[in-house]
Amino acid sequence: MTLFSKFDSLAQDREALLSVGFDPFGTPIEEVYSPTEAKIDGRRVVLAGTNNYLGLTFSPECLKAAHEALDQQGTGTTGSRMANGSFAGHRALEQELSEFYNCRSTIVFSTGYQANLAVISGLTQKGDVIVIDADCHASIYDGCKLSGADVIRFRHNDPEDLNKRLKRLGDRACDALVMVEGIYSMLGDRAPLQEIVDVKKAHGSYLVVDEAHSLGVLGETGQGLVEETGLLADSDFIVGTFSKSLGSVGGYCSSNHPELDFLRYTSRPYVFTASPSPSVIASTRAALPLLRDGNHLRKQLWANATKLYNSLSELGYQLGPEVSTVVAVMLDTREQALAFWRGLLEQGVYVNLVFPPATPGNKSLVRCSVSAAHSEEQISAVCEAFKNLRHLAD
Amino acid sequence: MTAEYNEVLERLGKQLEIIAGDKIKFDESTDLVEGLGLDSFKVLDLLLEVEDEFDISVPMNVLTDVRTVKDMAQRIHELGPKSA
Repeated sequence: MTLFSKFDSLAQDREALLSVGFDPFGTPIEEVYSPTEAKIDGRRVVLAGTNNYLGLTFSPECLKAAHEALDQQGTGTTGSRMANGSFAGHRALEQELSEFYNCRSTIVFSTGYQANLAVISGLTQKGDVIVIDADCHASIYDGCKLSGADVIRFRHNDPEDLNKRLKRLGDRACDALVMVEGIYSMLGDRAPLQEIVDVKKAHGSYLVVDEAHSLGVLGETGQGLVEETGLLADSDFIVGTFSKSLGSVGGYCSSNHPELDFLRYTSRPYVFTASPSPSVIASTRAALPLLRDGNHLRKQLWANATKLYNSLSELGYQLGPEVSTVVAVMLDTREQALAFWRGLLEQGVYVNLVFPPATPGNKSLVRCSVSAAHSEEQISAVCEAFKNLRHLAD
Repeated sequence: MTAEYNEVLERLGKQLEIIAGDKIKFDESTDLVEGLGLDSFKVLDLLLEVEDEFDISVPMNVLTDVRTVKDMAQRIHELGPKSA
């Protein structure tokens, strides 16, 4: 065994991946034309795997705000907020997110991944207990590892199972941090939030809802699942990302618990990393009101999602359990999924390829994400490509 | 080994058969990953089954020190499993 022996099997797997001409886990995007179109492998393709739910990446308001911030404040902050200070935009965005969620305070982080790392490892430590849905995102698992707390999983979207596991914890349950997601990233299913809230209340636990894939997508003003279900006040911490519906990069946590602000001093993923650059903050701030007032975008988004989901379902594909803005086709083997992914690209459609163990049920996925910016013709083109490749799923 | 430990081992073996398949042969020294071919998420799923079988909480963190069937059985034994 050498230092590098651990990469032997990965090297073999990568050889198979590269047989398609380039690495599907680092697809070269040669040019970007719009939120839904780019040039890949020399051809113009429909982007159907970029989580650009509201299609705001080319919004004139966001572009203008980013350009102005770039000219006025420069390209970067060159360090952490603890060392280099908080720019006016950082503070303003935190205030605006607090108003958006009607809560006491918000902290902005440099990425959504770091938001989960910072919140989980900041709120908990060795001796505490975190109870997470089994299908939670890797950032949640990594945050748990960083915290040193005891971590218990419960079966995906199963409030009864959560209840059973909290019960086993006895007195520790009342200080447990329960983690769920608004929409789960792999299969696009929502958490049964009302039942989860009922369970966490019965045990006196704390609830974190990660709205990464549901911000801008669910609720009258796009707050996420907490708004759609009317459970904002029952959710202790809301975590989310700017890199999907808000079209930039970064993350946040909003809460009424005054203790959230202590994370600015104790949470290493906040303290020891560079803060978001001014242009990123500016475009995010410009996108937030568009998201809040974007019911027309949400309506279009869900019309597109429903059309894609129903079309693929009618074609006999095995999909996630409900109509969603994430539409994942489940396939039995990696080889099948890789051939499928390459076939879609040849037909002018870019989606995501996901392999186990990152997937539920040990399935391989070709995963689409729908955008409000997709035209009817583009959604039809995606459906047509899946129709042409149907034989590969047998 | 005590009778209680042997009972844990026997019940754990049944859970391993559910996760890894009943054709796989194993003993106390079998490595969960290399010997039984369990990937990281299958080991976590095994933990869910173990918690229910023994009616105990087994934090994921204990896996840091668990490599073999014996390691897992010992952790369960230490956590005070309930009788079947």
